[in-house]
Amino acid sequence: MSLDVIVFGAMFVMTLGAGLAMLFARNAVHVALLLVLSQIGLAVAFLLQGAFFVAAIQIIIYAGAIMVLFLFVIMLLGVDRREVLDEPLRGQRPLALGLGVLLTAQVLYIAWRGVDLAFAGTGEAAIQEVNSDPGNVLGIARVLFGRYLLPFEVTSVLLIVAVVGVMVLTRRMYPAAPNVDTDIPGTEAEEVAV
Amino acid sequence: MGAIADFLGGPDVVIAIVKVVVAFAALLVATLLTIWFERKVIADMQARIGPNRWGPFGVLQTVADGIKLFFKEDVRPRYADRWTYGLAPVMAAVPSFLAFAVIPFGDHVTVGGERVDFIVSDLNIGVLFFLAAGSIGVYGVVLAGWASGSKYPLLGGIRSSAQLISYEIALGLSLVPIVLVTNSLSTVDIVAAQAGSVGNVDLFDGTFLQGVSELFEVIPNWYIWSQWPAFLLFMIAGIAETNRAPFDLPEAETELIAGFHTEYSGIRFALFFLGEYIHVVVISAMAVTLFFGGWNGPIVDEFLPWIWPVGWFLVKTIAFVYLFIWLRATLPRLRYDRLMWLGWKRLIPASLLWIMVTAVVNVNPEGVDEQTLRSIRLAVFGALFLLVLFVVAKGDPRLKQVVTPERPRSRRAQKQGVKSGSS
Amino acid sequence: MSLPAYLPILFLLVLSTLFAVASIWVSSKLGPRKWTVAKLQPYESGIVPEEGVAENERFPVKFYLVAMLFIIFDIETVFLYPWAVAYEELALFGLIEMGVFVGLLVAVYVYVWKRGGLEWAE
Repeated sequence: MSLDVIVFGAMFVMTLGAGLAMLFARNAVHVALLLVLSQIGLAVAFLLQGAFFVAAIQIIIYAGAIMVLFLFVIMLLGVDRREVLDEPLRGQRPLALGLGVLLTAQVLYIAWRGVDLAFAGTGEAAIQEVNSDPGNVLGIARVLFGRYLLPFEVTSVLLIVAVVGVMVLTRRMYPAAPNVDTDIPGTEAEEVAV
Repeated sequence: MGAIADFLGGPDVVIAIVKVVVAFAALLVATLLTIWFERKVIADMQARIGPNRWGPFGVLQTVADGIKLFFKEDVRPRYADRWTYGLAPVMAAVPSFLAFAVIPFGDHVTVGGERVDFIVSDLNIGVLFFLAAGSIGVYGVVLAGWASGSKYPLLGGIRSSAQLISYEIALGLSLVPIVLVTNSLSTVDIVAAQAGSVGNVDLFDGTFLQGVSELFEVIPNWYIWSQWPAFLLFMIAGIAETNRAPFDLPEAETELIAGFHTEYSGIRFALFFLGEYIHVVVISAMAVTLFFGGWNGPIVDEFLPWIWPVGWFLVKTIAFVYLFIWLRATLPRLRYDRLMWLGWKRLIPASLLWIMVTAVVNVNPEGVDEQTLRSIRLAVFGALFLLVLFVVAKGDPRLKQVVTPERPRSRRAQKQGVKSGSS
Repeated sequence: MSLPAYLPILFLLVLSTLFAVASIWVSSKLGPRKWTVAKLQPYESGIVPEEGVAENERFPVKFYLVAMLFIIFDIETVFLYPWAVAYEELALFGLIEMGVFVGLLVAVYVYVWKRGGLEWAE
């Protein structure tokens, strides 16, 4: 077994382990940190595939930007150290299950047919060609600003929608009425070694 | 046989380990010296003596401080989150070390037939790696603030992380023009593109200004000439990223009793500052690499020719570290809303504008020869520079309006004025 | 293939992490340890802190807005890099492409500015 496979295996274990640990961690900040860990694991997996640019993006966007937003939201709501067990969204469990199955099916299908789909049947050779450029930034640029020009421009529309949505949501926020918190203070009290 | 196994089997692995250890040790020593240098320079600027007890000129003062911090009690506040509290200083220090990995600090040397480049690792996505390391550095602040389980750190942590992410955008955008003109993300390529002199400017040929164009033969071909707006943006954003004055709100001792690291003491506290000072060195080195030709410089003597590039690199970097210290001694801290104003309303539009200007100027229309393009670009950049210089010299007209000073009012009137103003 | 170029980075990561963790660990062994109730209290400039107050802390929604705008502009930055690398061969076509992309984002930037999304003090 070559060393690359071992590293890949280690990253696989790390990513999956962090993902599983997320489900069992009780603290929202810890969950976010475990998610960061699994993002980093994914970035290294991309490195092993020779996708250097994608690996850097994985760190900058996912670990560096989106997770910071998550942490902000966690702190914004102040829901640390306590689990909210009531579910305001009705029927979210069956829905989650259904969507999860759908996602799994998608991932499996793409893993099986993805290369052929993306490169219209030329398969492995096409991937090799794109990857031949060191760091394949140029390769990505050629594809992105050539063949996928329209999706690229549509992305900016997507970003605009996101910004407008945020503006509409946040600018309508009014200061909440005081003392409506139902939080019960002092339910945590971690053990203190003295 | 995988690429990794090939690497581990070859002689490269020894070189890599030596380089990593040397870079690591150099960064630690650089931190010690930078802190001493800062204290000495600021003391000088404030007509004090500064540290002078340990070692010649007090140079060992930081070592003494470090040893002291090492033997301090390790306190973890009561409401602190144990693991996150421990993780935060590590997350603050490590990314700064990593960012140094893509900085070329010299040319190359041949040892026993093996070429050794003076860079830890020449990544083909070097610039992005630098940005990625910076984006991970935010975690040190945000986690420290949250994990301390105390009010001031929480306030400070969330405020500082908002500052860091705001200026991270400007930092990222300010490097795009450099990539645009180099067409490479590798820092080694960027340094190589700045070798030699500006030269070959035939704009003035045949006129009485020919002497001027000959002058260009001795001016080094650094990006600072054509990319000075990008440099200014990079420097401002870079200083904000290091949490240094005038952007040291994360350490606002007067407002937030130190902000995110209020609850940290001993060696954990030292790690935050290790990270900060290494970050200062790295931002300085990056400014040198991207805008000031990196290690490029004349090799004056052929004895040990590889030492000259390293020397030039060090001299330039120290100049920037001095700039950091100078700014700290000179400028007061920005107010938080002014800080956000500068980041969002000035730096971001300015850097976007500059990217588009660089793109327009550097677009390659077919059928125009290289020489004419060069001359046109130089003319455009020169005109822009003069324009900005004019605007800056002119200043804000609103601030220059003549006003007649108010007469000092009586105490009673003042009191009433305050009352009516506040109600 | 330049994957081995990342191994020195891994070495540096391991070395610096080890250094940081080891210095915390060694320091905790070397230093004295007499934790008292007063010493472990959160520092609030001398005022006795209330129990678990940091729990109910809520922040202005502004910070959420900043983080969201940060993501938008970060994504934009990331698109700019491959474009910059390929600019020589994309030439005028690339300029128009990116002009449209940046133009749309500038439009939304102006929208946010006009709606007061960039004001900090109100």
